[in-house]
Amino acid sequence: KKKLVMIGNGMAGIRTIEEIIKIDPDKFEITIFGKEPHPNYNRIKLSNILQGDTTFEEIIMNPIDWYKENNIQLFTGEVVSQIDVEIKQITTENGRKVEYDDLIIATGSNSFILPIPGTDKKGVTGFRDVNDCEMMIKHSKQYKKAVVIGGGLLGLEAARGLLNLGMEVDVVHLMPHLMERQLDPTASTMLKKELEAQGMNFLMEKQTVEILGDDHVTGLRFKDGTEVTADLIVMAIGIKPNIDIAKNSNIYVNRGIVVNDFMETSIKNIYAIGECAEHREIVYGLVAPLYEQGKVLAGHLCGSTPAPYEGSVTGTQLKVAGVDLYSAGEIFEDETTQAIKIHNEFDGVYKKILIRNNQIVGTVLYGDTKDSTKLFRMLTKKEDVSGMTSVSILQSQDGSGNSNDVAEMPADELICGCNGVTKGAIVEAINKQGLTTLDQVSHCTNAGRSCGRCKPMVSQILAHTLGDKFDSSAAQKTSICGCTTLSREEVVAEIKEKGLTSVKEVMNVLEWNMEEGCTKCRPALNYFLGMIYMDEYKDERDSRLVNEKMHANIQKDGTYSVVPRMYGGVTTAQDLKKIAEVAEKHHVPLVKLTGGQRIGLFGIKKEDLPTIWEELDMPSGYAYGKTLRTVKTCVGAQFCRYGTQDSMALGIELEKKFERLDTPHKVKMGVSACPRNCSEAGIKDIGFVGIDGGWEIYVAGNGGVDLRPGDHLMTVKTQEEVMDITSAYLQYYRETANYLERTSKWVERVGLDHIKEVLANDETRKALNERMDKTLNRYIEPWNEAVQSEGILQKYYAKHKILAGSESK
Amino acid sequence: MIQILTKVAAVKYSELAERVGYSITIDQNNIAIFKLSNGMVRAIENRSPHPKGGVLSEGLVSGDYVFCPVYDWRISLIDGKVQAPDEGQVRTFSVEVEDDIVYIII
Ligand code: SRM
Ligand SMILES: Cc1cc2nc3c(=O)[nH]c(=O)nc-3n(C[C@H](O)[C@H](O)[C@H](O)COP(=O)(O)OP(=O)(O)OC[C@H]3O[C@@H](n4cnc5c(N)ncnc54)[C@H](O)[C@@H]3O)c2cc1C
Ligand code: SF4
Ligand code: FES
Repeated sequence: KKKLVMIGNGMAGIRTIEEIIKIDPDKFEITIFGKEPHPNYNRIKLSNILQGDTTFEEIIMNPIDWYKENNIQLFTGEVVSQIDVEIKQITTENGRKVEYDDLIIATGSNSFILPIPGTDKKGVTGFRDVNDCEMMIKHSKQYKKAVVIGGGLLGLEAARGLLNLGMEVDVVHLMPHLMERQLDPTASTMLKKELEAQGMNFLMEKQTVEILGDDHVTGLRFKDGTEVTADLIVMAIGIKPNIDIAKNSNIYVNRGIVVNDFMETSIKNIYAIGECAEHREIVYGLVAPLYEQGKVLAGHLCGSTPAPYEGSVTGTQLKVAGVDLYSAGEIFEDETTQAIKIHNEFDGVYKKILIRNNQIVGTVLYGDTKDSTKLFRMLTKKEDVSGMTSVSILQSQDGSGNSNDVAEMPADELICGCNGVTKGAIVEAINKQGLTTLDQVSHCTNAGRSCGRCKPMVSQILAHTLGDKFDSSAAQKTSICGCTTLSREEVVAEIKEKGLTSVKEVMNVLEWNMEEGCTKCRPALNYFLGMIYMDEYKDERDSRLVNEKMHANIQKDGTYSVVPRMYGGVTTAQDLKKIAEVAEKHHVPLVKLTGGQRIGLFGIKKEDLPTIWEELDMPSGYAYGKTLRTVKTCVGAQFCRYGTQDSMALGIELEKKFERLDTPHKVKMGVSACPRNCSEAGIKDIGFVGIDGGWEIYVAGNGGVDLRPGDHLMTVKTQEEVMDITSAYLQYYRETANYLERTSKWVERVGLDHIKEVLANDETRKALNERMDKTLNRYIEPWNEAVQSEGILQKYYAKHKILAGSESK
Repeated sequence: MIQILTKVAAVKYSELAERVGYSITIDQNNIAIFKLSNGMVRAIENRSPHPKGGVLSEGLVSGDYVFCPVYDWRISLIDGKVQAPDEGQVRTFSVEVEDDIVYIII
């Protein structure tokens, strides 16, 4: 095997390795060095992290296991400091020496930092890697004023992120227009207006000459002598290819490491790829061309004589919510071009297409970019447009993007710009490999794996290709966590088919890539198994998270809270006495009425929980569980002059029946005896409102993060019907919701009408009720169980102390 | 500074339940002892390196890692290192198991 060493563990480099493995997995013994302490992640999505739309886990493209599976030696957090081209060997800062037959330099680039005084002060950063992101996020928590230098792609995306983080943001730009390299004045003026509306403040035609402050930045000064204050300064004026290491070993460099059409540098067996490489005088800063380079290099290294890389035309868009723009090729008219222009100021839409000798040479779209893929194809394919009318060039398919557009679309139309994936390639993959979900298509074709902008188009193609086999809810599937690629649906199906009966078994048989799972999948699997094997399943306590494992809610200082049941919010003098005595005897730090119509005891030590439970001798209120929390009630007909129904009685019956039931997320109910709705039943997962001669049932209310009023499910006459519907509804939620999906989100996903249909069918409803009752049988009161069982007490609640007279310093 | 290392008999191996933290205070040290599914025993300081702190003994155990129960950080039970993207390290204690007695070296 030949030894292939790669310097740089980033997007372009790893894509090249992926391409190599596709062609010939056994050709090389691969070793990769990466400066960052992470596996390859989607740098593009740093903007989305900053804007708070995603997490670092979610943007990792090649988890550590990917390297393992492909026997790639990966050294993260290790910088290659030297290449000895004579003996073909690299040396790292840790002094590690590795020999190579072929060497790929994929070191990317750094943020360009202005050569002005003060850039070394605290609070100055570029925008290139996770560290920069974390630094900005940290700062946003302590400070309020940020200044972004640079009004290009990066700068504006950073600025948007900082706004989302609650900072005040000034954007400083040297030129009179934003993104002047991608947009013409008309478009950039529209852009500026939109961003100003979003809360950005622009300082145009300002040249920064100094950063002010002692130790930490306080502001910056411009050439014209004016100053602005700043607690955080983000430099986003451009990138500087990482070429030092090549330079030091006398590899020919210009702005980047100069390569030919096969990515070969001036020295044999050494290749450069990505943002550190310069090809035909161009250094690219977008992934699309870099991925093309990667394909060529991979083919070249594997000896499958690929077509030479001859450069790329790139298309640009901005990843800022509320801004829809696209630009490719030339942007300025000259005497040799004819332009088609549409400027609809009312709808904020602007389109410009530049044509030279009957070929599209450039396009700028703002406000409506539906035509971007089509125009980009015409541009790159140099299609002759002489036959076409301006209308037919510009006719934009209707907004809903209904699947006829994808039907008409030629097979060679580029769908995923970042990864150069055409409609044809996607359709072929779907048919040949029987793909049914967006995730699968992304995995097989790479479409959507970078900026994600093409995903809607891809799922349209999926829908169109599958025809009526297409199942939209399944298509949106995402794996339940990083430990597997399987979705909830698939996991549940496999458990049933293969008759898997324990969390461990599921993980082994379904080949989890993290042997014992994580805090996402362990509780989820435990739930699915309990949902499927209604009465047999032996709950796996250690796969539950702390609150459910301990049957108490952990608090920031490691103490716990105790919230006993108070069915329907109704209590008695004795119970209040008991609570009072316990609170007094154990010096409970806080006794509080919770938002759930009951009393909470807070700040209790783990080892005291069992005694307190025993003395209270009341059932657990499960204030800590993914289960029925509380059923709030109003006094209703028993006392209230407006009450038309016995709300307390219904509330208590509901709480007694469904308490302890495991559900995908917590469930809360409210029962009011009249439309004045004093129990706030309108913002509960299930709410009941008494009316003359019946009950209105509301579902999918939420009073939490995404405040949502409940939808009217139906109106029934009797309390029996209420119990019957509620039970069926809850069971259907248990069987079809994703783990940790509140009913509000679930209903929005599957649709209220669908649920109404399900419940309308007597057979189904009956079956659901039976499965519910079967499940309810298995539960026992957990606090009492603990008090009774020496085993549980020892295992979970005992605290141990030893005096050894040791002196540890 | 001289360090006096003491070997303390902490708990019976057979008393440890797999993948459940055993919290013990030895003198002024709060320690969480874990028996992994592979039978190994690991001991770390029972305090999350998260700035807001919190215990670790009640965390979910997976392989050689424990997840901080309060902030869900993933922490190696071998070297105490917090896994990316978070950063930090917990103190680890070496462990010796001799005929059913688990000793902690302090
Ligand atoms: C104790 C209580 C606050 C209080 O002092 O009143 C409380 C305390 C907590 N709530 Fe709550 N919630 C409490 C009523 C509510 C309510 C009001 C209600 O239930 O009528 C809501 C809004 C209604 C709703 O859920 O739709 C509420 C919405 C949340 C949410 C957001 C849920 C959502 O879907 O948006 C969370 C976070 C979560 O569950 O993931 C949460 C999570 C929490 C946790 C469990 C956070 C945690 O994991 O540590 C808090 C535990 C504190 C502790 O140390 O025990 N709590 N929480 C209330 C207990 C009610 C009870 O007796 O069981
Ligand atoms: C915030 C942001 C948003 C972006 N948005 C888009 C977008 O919307 N669309 C788009 O197409 N592109 C976008 N990009 C650009 C895209 O991310 C880059 O073009 C791409 O990541 C370049 O890949 P690369 O492999 O050449 O460099 P990198 O991904 O930077 O990888 C280089 C790696 O090599 C490492 N390295 C450097 N020197 C050494 C050494 N001596 N030893 C070991 N390791 C070393 C670096 O630490 C780095 O991890 C964006 C970039 C950023 C920062
Ligand atoms: S609202 Fe709920 S979760 Fe938030 S602090 Fe109060 S009790 Fe805790
Ligand atoms: S266009 Fe960026 S991922 Fe497809």
